[in-house]
This record gives sequence, structure tokens and C-alpha cells, in this order.
Amino acid sequence: MLKMQDISKIYRTDLIETYALRQFSLEVSAGEFVAVTGPSGSGKTTFLNVAGLLEDFESGSYQLDGTDVRALSDDARSRLRNQRIGFIFQSFNLIPDLNVQDNVEVPLRYRGLAAADRRERIDSALELVGLASRARHMPSQLSGGQQQRVAIARAIAGDPAFLLADEPTGNLDSLMARQVMDLLEQINDMGTTILLVTHDPELARRAQRNVHLIDGQISDFRAYEPRAAASGGADAVGAALA
Amino acid sequence: MLGYYVRLALRSFSRNPGISALMVLAIALGIAVCVMTLTVFHAMSGNPIWWKSDRLYAVTMDNWDPNNAADKKHPELPPPLMTYKDARYVAASRVPMRKVIMYTVDATISGAGTAPLRTPTRATTGDFFAMFDAPFLYGGGWSAAAEDPPPPSIVLSRETNEKLFGGSNSVGRVLRWNDQEFRVVGVLDDWFPRPRFYDLNGGSFSPPEDAYVPFAWGPALSLQSSGNTECWKPETINNEQDFLASDCVWIETWVELPDAATHERMQTVLDNYWAEQHRAGRFPRPRNNRLTDVGQWLRDMHVVDNDNRVLVGLAFAFLAVCLINTVGLLLAKFLNAAAITGVRRALGASRRQIFSQHLVEVAILAVLGAALGCLLAALGLAAVHHMYSAAHLGYRGGYQELTHFDTVGVAWAIVLAVVATLAAGLYPAWRVGRTPPAVYLKSQ
Repeated sequence: MLKMQDISKIYRTDLIETYALRQFSLEVSAGEFVAVTGPSGSGKTTFLNVAGLLEDFESGSYQLDGTDVRALSDDARSRLRNQRIGFIFQSFNLIPDLNVQDNVEVPLRYRGLAAADRRERIDSALELVGLASRARHMPSQLSGGQQQRVAIARAIAGDPAFLLADEPTGNLDSLMARQVMDLLEQINDMGTTILLVTHDPELARRAQRNVHLIDGQISDFRAYEPRAAASGGADAVGAALA
Repeated sequence: MLGYYVRLALRSFSRNPGISALMVLAIALGIAVCVMTLTVFHAMSGNPIWWKSDRLYAVTMDNWDPNNAADKKHPELPPPLMTYKDARYVAASRVPMRKVIMYTVDATISGAGTAPLRTPTRATTGDFFAMFDAPFLYGGGWSAAAEDPPPPSIVLSRETNEKLFGGSNSVGRVLRWNDQEFRVVGVLDDWFPRPRFYDLNGGSFSPPEDAYVPFAWGPALSLQSSGNTECWKPETINNEQDFLASDCVWIETWVELPDAATHERMQTVLDNYWAEQHRAGRFPRPRNNRLTDVGQWLRDMHVVDNDNRVLVGLAFAFLAVCLINTVGLLLAKFLNAAAITGVRRALGASRRQIFSQHLVEVAILAVLGAALGCLLAALGLAAVHHMYSAAHLGYRGGYQELTHFDTVGVAWAIVLAVVATLAAGLYPAWRVGRTPPAVYLKSQ
């Protein structure tokens, strides 16, 4: 579970202080699919960076699976990020000189898994996103949608509890975007908690809950009808990634 | 993870081959210049008999002009050589464990079945070989007790034995040294103390002589020193005996004193002798009798001059410039790839892991730089060697002998390159780990 209480995040220059998050509080339960929406500069990405332990915050408390992250060292935060969180970015952020399987392998390397275990997880993740046959391709040899699916495979290969997606369809056409969203829903159905940052209301409606941000504060909560669980559900995908 | 970091480093090199090559070249150039300079400096400033340095003492007594010091730049120092009379007195003393008086003479060897061979020879007392740890390939020296009258014995250098006898065991063979028959009693193995501490006249880095004969043969055959002979007062010298009795200095004198008590007794011997001679009208200058150990002797004789020290300083300054450039290039390279580092951080890499990854890259650069630096240094030293080579100048010895790139030089190069480059790479590796990943994740 993710629990933020009164989080404030300030960006400072010599002249001004800008509140990216102001007294921000949010709880996300395990297995939820939450969309975070809001206009540009509303603090969506900052929220995601704080949630993903990529940025510190000035005040408030943040507990991830019951662990107060503020007290953690960089090593411990990195370990937590590696084991519990997966990231998907708008611009994919694949490492250009690593092929597909080496890209997917990166978080598994930092987790210190044995080669056979890594191999198995890479194969399962690529299988899930439908790119098993492209394992040795370089990112530059893939389309945008394929690159994003590789990024999703990389994010889920370590079987994280939370998947943080920052405008994952922002650089994709509508068909590719729909495929990616289908994939995210499938992953959510497997039990992975998803936080999706988007400014697209259509995409946001596919989440179970919508959090709307303005000026670093939540201005609106909206809950949607839960989707019907995909065939096979969490057990099937969990088995695939185990 | 080390293997993974090495793979990442190699990928990084292939991503930026130009900048990587530039860094290796910068490190290699700095290292090569430093190693070349240090190799020469090390050879020049090294104590070639450090293990006995505190037992071996050069003996000097100031018998010089009362109005002018022997060395005007360093008036506190006695002349580095002794008179025949004073040297003989030291040689007769029973206080030292060993004692050597010696000088060099020009000679010609014939009668060995080869063409006559010009042979610079050291006329020395028998303790020479044991005292200075000169290694024998065949045979040995002559008894120190058999100096007077001297046996017709000769010890050859390995090189001379090669020329005269093709390198075979020549002990027992008879040859003609000048006009006298001598029997070979020993052949030295390779021996080249650098600097030639026991005789710094005529070139500190000259090789040892080609042959050795008992000291007494020199005066007996009226052979003048081919080294330095210095006189300070007008004296009438009509014959060999006049010269031997004169106040001219030309003999190197060394003693081996195993402990402090012996050292003190030897000093007393010299001081008593000085007092006696002073009363008889010699030694007009204030008493200045010295027993100087090898390290101090090399310093007193200014074997390493200031130019060399300045050169070493400049070489290190050059290395510093190369490393500062490397730091700049590393910073540019690492920060240029900060977006990728940001991705790695987002995927779970800790600052420590990012630091280690980049440090491995720096270490590989260091090893490559060291390897290339060694190669360049070897080439540079070979060029210097060629410049001073025997074929080039027509004689052996001198600076070219310093330019051997020995194991010490290689070790220096590797240690210097790795330590210096790692030190230079610490900041860029640390800096890239501190870069906030979020900034680059959004902007990539």
C-alpha cells in the first residue's frame, strides 16, 4: 500500500520557491489502478517521482508497504525501488546501446539475481508483451509502440508491486496507445498496483480511480466502475513472471 | 557485478571511441613522460648498495690549501681523494673490518690469443670485491694480506673475459697486462652499480673497469692515475717517489665499519693521525676528517643535480595537466550520458553502484593508459638510449646506461597510471552518481 500524508515538494531558485506538491495526501491500495490527471505544471510528474523514490520532499510522510521511506538511506531506497517499483516513461527511456533483452535485464542485474533466474524473467516478460522474437533487436530497430512494450517488459520483469507510468502513451498513435493501455490493464488485473499519470481524460477513464491535480493539490477524486477481470487474472500472469 | 560493469565500460568506449581514445592518450602521454624522467632520476639518485650503506664509509681528510678550500662551492668538504701517504696509513689500520684504497690506470692486455685490448683497470686492494659485493662468475679475488709484495693476479670483467676468452672459465690463464705477466684469478659476473658510488670521478654513471689488479702494482710499475689527480701547492716532483710523497690527492679510500663503536674508533684513528701530521707541518686547514656513508657521499658529490629534480617536477606537472584534461573529458562523457544514468537509477541502481560502474570504466582507462604509457616510455627510453648509444658516440657508459626500462620502471608506470587516473576519475564518478535522475528522465 502507498500512503502519502501532507507531502510538500518545493523547487527553489535564488529568487522564487515553487510548490510542486502542497499538503498532498493520497492512499492507494494494493491492486488499484489510479490515474493522476491535471494540466501541465500541476505536479503530476513530481508526484510520480516522489512516489517512485526518485525525489525527496520537504515535509510530510510517505509510507510504501508500511516502510517510512524518508528514513531510508540511498542504498535502501534504491533497493526498495528496484524490488517494489517499476517505471514506464513517456519517451520509453530504453538504453540505446543495449538490445531488448539487455534492457529488460537492467533492473534484474541490480537486484543481483542469478543468470538463469534473469533469463527466465526476461523471457516471461517479453512473452507477455509479445516481443519474445525481438529479444536481440536494438531499440532503434523497433517502432515506438514496440519500444514502449519493451519498457513495460523491463518494468514488470522484476515483478514489482507498483507500476508508475508517466504519460506512457504520450508518444504513441491511438492504436499503439490502446494496445499499451490494454497491456497495463492486463498487468493490473494480475494484481500489480498502477499509478498512471496522464492528461488524456479518455485514458484516465480506464482507471478505477481518477485523481485530479491542480497546483500540487488534489482538486477532485472520481471513482469508476471496476473493470471485469481479464481471463486468467493475476494467477496466470503471476505464474508467468515467477 | 564487476563483469557487468566491465561490459558496460566497453560499451561506453564503443559509444564514444574518439573521446575514449583521447583520454587513454592523455593518460599515456603523462605517464610516459613521468616514467621516462623517473627512470632516469631513479637510476641517478638510487643508492646502489643500500643494504650496506650504513657500513661503508668514504674516508676523506682535508689536507688542502689553508687559504682556498678544495671545493669553493662547498668549502666545508675535504677533497674527495686522498694522498698516497694518507691512504696507505688508512689501509694499514686494523680498525676497519675491510678497507680499500684504489685508483684507475690505463692498460693494455695482450697475450690471450686476441689483438691487444685497451683495458681501463682498477688498481685496488683485495677487500674491494667483498666490500662492494662484486659478484664472481669464476674464481675470486686475491688475498688482502698478499698486497705487499703484490701477486701478479688479475680479475677480469665479464665483458673483458668474453672478448679475451669467449666467455669461458679463464681462471688460471696467463696474460700480459702492460709489460707484465698476470694470472687470471677471477672473472666478475655482470656488475654495474649505478651510480658508481665508490668512484664518482670521471662520470658518476660510468661502468666499472674492465680489469682489476692489486693496488701495489700501480706504484710499482709507476702507473699514473687515469682519473683525477689534484695538487694544491708547489712541490718539486722529479720521480715516482716524490709524487708518492707529495700532497697531491688521487686515491679513493673506503672502509667498512660494522658498528658504531668501530666507527668511533676509526674516527679517533683519523683524528690522531691528523694531529700527528699537523704537528709535523701538514694539514694546514682546520681538522676535517670525515667518514661519510654512501647516501651522504652521493649527496655530497652532487650525483643528482638540481636540473634533474626540476625535470621530475616538470614531468609531474605535465602529468597533472594530462590528468586535469582527463577529468574534464570524463566529466563531459559521464554527464553526457546522465540520462542513461538516470534510467539506471530509476530501475534500482544505488549511487554506490553508479559510482562503482563509472570507477570500473575509469580503471579500465587507467590500465589502457598505463599499457600505452609503458609502451611510449619504452620507446622514449629506447630513443634516448640510441641517442647516447655506443655506436653513436663511440664509447661505453654514461647516460645511455640509465635508460634501461627495468621492472622497477614498469611497476612505477602501472602504479602511477592506475593510482593517478583513479584519483582523477573519483570526482567525475562521484559527480555523476549525485545527479538527480528525475531531471534527466523527463528530458531524455
